[in-house]
Amino acid sequence: MTMTKTFLGVPVARPKVAFLELSSCEGCQLQLLNNEATLLDFLSLVEIVRFREGMKEAGDEYEIAFVEGSITRADEEERLKRIRRQARVVVALGSCACFGGVNQLKNRFNDLEWVKREVYGSHPIDSQEAKPLSAVIEVDLEIFGCPIKKEEVERIVTALVLGQEVRHPQYPVCMECKARENICLFELGEPCLGPVTRAGCDAWCPANRMGCWGCRGPAPEANLARLEIIMAERGISRQRMIDRLECFGGFAGFVAEVKGKKEER
Amino acid sequence: MMKISCDIDIKHLTRVEGHGNIRIVIADGRVREARWEVVETPRFFEAILVGKHFENAPYICGRICGICSIGHTLASIRAVENTFGIIPTEQTRRLRLLLKHMETLQSHILHIYFLAAPDYLGVGSVLPLTQSHPAVVQQALRLKLLANDICDEVGGRRLHPTRTVVGGFTMLPDRYRLGQFRQRLQASLADLDASVELFATFTIPDFQRQTEFVSLKGEGDYPFIGGNLISSDGVVKEEREYAAMTNEYMADFSTSKLSRLSRKSMAVGALARINNNFAGLLPQAKAIAEGFGLGPVVVHNPFMNVVAQLVECVQVVLESMQLIDELLAEPWQEVRQTVEPRKGIGVAAVEVPRGILYHCLHLDGAGRIVKADCVIPTSQNHANILHDIEALALFCVDQGKTDKEIELLAEMLVRAYDPCISCSVH
Repeated sequence: MTMTKTFLGVPVARPKVAFLELSSCEGCQLQLLNNEATLLDFLSLVEIVRFREGMKEAGDEYEIAFVEGSITRADEEERLKRIRRQARVVVALGSCACFGGVNQLKNRFNDLEWVKREVYGSHPIDSQEAKPLSAVIEVDLEIFGCPIKKEEVERIVTALVLGQEVRHPQYPVCMECKARENICLFELGEPCLGPVTRAGCDAWCPANRMGCWGCRGPAPEANLARLEIIMAERGISRQRMIDRLECFGGFAGFVAEVKGKKEER
Repeated sequence: MMKISCDIDIKHLTRVEGHGNIRIVIADGRVREARWEVVETPRFFEAILVGKHFENAPYICGRICGICSIGHTLASIRAVENTFGIIPTEQTRRLRLLLKHMETLQSHILHIYFLAAPDYLGVGSVLPLTQSHPAVVQQALRLKLLANDICDEVGGRRLHPTRTVVGGFTMLPDRYRLGQFRQRLQASLADLDASVELFATFTIPDFQRQTEFVSLKGEGDYPFIGGNLISSDGVVKEEREYAAMTNEYMADFSTSKLSRLSRKSMAVGALARINNNFAGLLPQAKAIAEGFGLGPVVVHNPFMNVVAQLVECVQVVLESMQLIDELLAEPWQEVRQTVEPRKGIGVAAVEVPRGILYHCLHLDGAGRIVKADCVIPTSQNHANILHDIEALALFCVDQGKTDKEIELLAEMLVRAYDPCISCSVH
């Protein structure tokens, strides 16, 4: 840890951080580079010792590990356990790490071998059901979203560096959407998971007239039973509702309840 | 002096997207092993799509890639629209192309400055350059920010776009802000000029291996979305015949599929596009290309792909200014067409930053996906990278390069392709 920054005159430790990835599109890491205006300032807040996609140097001495992606192979489980042993704080970065993300959509079929054959034919390929980090290790902090929202990451990282408590909103995306005075997607005939999804993205998709797909998982106060009624009242098919609820894995429990069993192959 | 022996074993190459390994073993002056291995975990997108309604395709497929999500989204949309017989309106066509151009700019700048340039400037990452070359880093960030800001405005979001749907867009950009972006694009040409000057100081390794280049076929233009397919060996196919252009196969050293056409390997990307469609470049871009030795004659040096990307940055900025002029010259039309599902097979070929991308969807009468196939640019490049590594090892033996030099050249060679490995395995 080095002390070069000050906050209100008090020296702030620059923790050593690592960005690591399992099965993912690496988009959440890239979101950090996508914040050009504040990038250099942000980078000065921490000491990056490993960021394979951006730098050649690779250190194994880090205090905070940001891990993107879900687990889909045994070697990833082993890597993740090593990361857990090294890091004081493990942060699940993005929906794949938090819930399995789009990768867990393959888990909806009853036959994983069919999934493999559909893509690779008879060629042997190693893969298991997609799992979130929390299925294998203890996770200290989750940053939700597909993709993560860079402003939120900066807020959370700043809090981590300053030793503040990180709090996620308890209310759903609908609250933020109303505050932005957007047209309600239901009024436009579009399905939206805004009523049940955890806020914090500032209604990113609904503000662009794309209904919410629930990438941040359920709000702690979500009323899922009521969502089914809203969808039915608006004439939105059950399948479209399920498509959205199951897309990122955050609503897995509720989807299992609604669907009953896995899709036959 | 001949190289006698070396043992290079790079696990998880840095400054590329995804996970790949390089292995080069030279003993007694002979290349014993020269491999490019792809070890990325598959995510099975093609299986994931089966049974899903068509509106899921662009939304889910965009998530194949964290860099070219816009390209994937647009490819899926085109595949669905081609199945349903939807022809995008002129306004939608222009907006999509503008969006795609800005993804190309964003992605190319990321690669040129953050991933490739550190090797040419003798550092391990862009971080030391913030101290040694602050102006260079600032110009890179300005260009990237501009591209991303326009993606936000047109596509709703720079990564995993929100406004792009089958039939058009959910929302239109703000006309006033489009005008402002036009001015920023004009101003960005100075940063691109500075980038060209910077590149002129780099020594591009003098390495060649003859190969076949595949891209969309220009019709007097420099194409990015849809149309016929062409190879530098003279193969021409229609978009719907993509499988005859990609010939995917599996190998035990790669979790990604591989491709070939007339030879044992082929290449796609910025260099392939310029090699095949040089005549379609705008004069300003053409002049820069010629200054670096690119032209109507096919260039077989893979390291030149980075230069080709820089030329394309100029091309897409100039085209984007033109597109904004055309968009602002007319009042807004309908944002989104009505969509009537129809049974059939739709193919889309789209030039994304790393090369030509194909999505093929089989849809039933209710618009549900029966089968899906995505052929990724980097997967088409993997076999070419492998054979380049072999040729590079021989080249290094001849030239008597040191271990350090061989390692750096091998890394630079793979990086030159700007591989998107997660994407290639998907």
